[in-house]
Amino acid sequence: MSDPILQVSGLTKVYAGGVKALDNVDLEIQKGEIFALLGPNGAGKTTLIGAVCGLVRPSAGSMSAFGHNLTKDWRRARARIGLVPQELSTDMFETVEHAVSYSRGLFGHAPDKARIEEILKSLTLFDKRKSQIRELSGGMKRRVLIAKALAHEPDLLFLDEPTAGVDVELRKDMWAQISALRERGVTIILTTHYIEEAEEMADRVGIIRGGKILMVDDKAAMMKRLGRTEAVLQLGQPLAELPPAIAAFPVELIEDGRALCFRGGDGTGKGREQVAELTKAVIGEGIDYTGIDIRESSLEDIFVSLLSDVEEAA
Amino acid sequence: MHFNFRGAWSIYTRELMRAFRTAFQSILSPVLTTSLYFIVFGTVIGARMEPVDGVAYGAFIIPGLLMLTLLGETTSNSSFGIYMPRFTGTIYELLSAPVGVAETLIGFVGAAATKGLILAAIILVTATFFVDYEIKYPLFAMLYIMLVAASFSLFGFILGIWADSFEKLGIIPLLILTPLTFLGGTFYSIDDLPEPWNAVALANPIAFLVSGLRWTFYGTSDVPIALSLGLTLGFLATCTAIIAFIFKTGWRLRD
Repeated sequence: MSDPILQVSGLTKVYAGGVKALDNVDLEIQKGEIFALLGPNGAGKTTLIGAVCGLVRPSAGSMSAFGHNLTKDWRRARARIGLVPQELSTDMFETVEHAVSYSRGLFGHAPDKARIEEILKSLTLFDKRKSQIRELSGGMKRRVLIAKALAHEPDLLFLDEPTAGVDVELRKDMWAQISALRERGVTIILTTHYIEEAEEMADRVGIIRGGKILMVDDKAAMMKRLGRTEAVLQLGQPLAELPPAIAAFPVELIEDGRALCFRGGDGTGKGREQVAELTKAVIGEGIDYTGIDIRESSLEDIFVSLLSDVEEAA
Repeated sequence: MHFNFRGAWSIYTRELMRAFRTAFQSILSPVLTTSLYFIVFGTVIGARMEPVDGVAYGAFIIPGLLMLTLLGETTSNSSFGIYMPRFTGTIYELLSAPVGVAETLIGFVGAAATKGLILAAIILVTATFFVDYEIKYPLFAMLYIMLVAASFSLFGFILGIWADSFEKLGIIPLLILTPLTFLGGTFYSIDDLPEPWNAVALANPIAFLVSGLRWTFYGTSDVPIALSLGLTLGFLATCTAIIAFIFKTGWRLRD
């Protein structure tokens, strides 16, 4: 595995009021990946991004990006990092074109009209380049923020809730944009409330809560390890108890014996094979069923389950 | 990367553009106000006044009026320049960019000071339509105006970081700087005040600035020019040190 492009070690942030927003966070991000940071409100996602990007002063810990210490050699590191904030923070009276050009200059790059045009076209903002930002819709303003973050051609891009408050169509459009960025070699760290978003795009997922990273894993590995298949068989006649051949499966009777619920597998499809075996066993026992409903657990199920486990443990 | 020249230039040009975008408020309005002073106090009332320290009254008030506009505008423009990104949240971009205290100051303070100098030039040209005057030490006057513009732009920058409301942003220029400039010898010579008010008037630091600028114009002053210059340089150094401290600690900039 190549060297990580971002290393965070023992990062802790205690705000003036005493709130511990980050608690000894360790994290490594690999070049070219899309990393999704999931967590409920107040989990510490934005503080973590803020600390790396220079908006928040860490209380303890160390951070380096591209081999540069983010405290001592911050200029070199920050020159290669882009940030799309959660809030729609822009100078509303500026034109789109000027706002994006300004961002490029701020990060030390020479003016490049062709490059700015390319960015604006890729985000379908080109036709609005002479418009003042206040004239744009919320979705378009969000695109402007992305364009500003891309203006200096960053190698590492932070997207803090990039699709918050945008409609479904635009959200899917944003996902396509993010995928296109990854293809160009940009490493992306995104925070999101939409687990579906992480499931759709991320290579790796980190779950944060109460300022602590609970888990970081490859998305596919996480689904395999924690994912489940759930199948519900609607029975022709209610059952009082399970025959031994059926009870050998991870099943239980629900709805007063009128349905049989299977929960098993590992999120890789193995559960479906077990469900097929179960249906054979059900038929073999002479039990009639009238319908079957199968679903794989989503990343959201895993996320919710993980957070509930932590709450129970606490 | 050491000094981010392009970053500083980007902030500087953007801030100047902001001033020109609101030209009526930021340029025409102060020029119009100062012109009215020239008409009322310089031409109409000044014609009936005795010369002060050998200088015609209309000409005598030019340095004070120039200082009045310069202090107010540089302080307001600089404070507004840094306060607005804090207020709207766009400060995130500045804080996440590879720009440090030097680039930020050159950008924000440089633009505010430049605007102050442009205003000063316009006011001086405007004054020629109403009053006859000559500047005895033009180079020194220019350098002194630049020094005051830079100092009060730095002061405004501190104000913009300190303020957490628009009300606080306006308090210092309106309730402190303007009265102190009026009372700092803009319309009269401190030497002409009776005892003990001439001594009391010297407790007002703005009096030293007005006096210093008047010396560069006419060679006469209420206090020695070295004292005015020393005070201004001291103020510049103090403001710079405070800003360095703000950036070092992140006070009101970084959580």
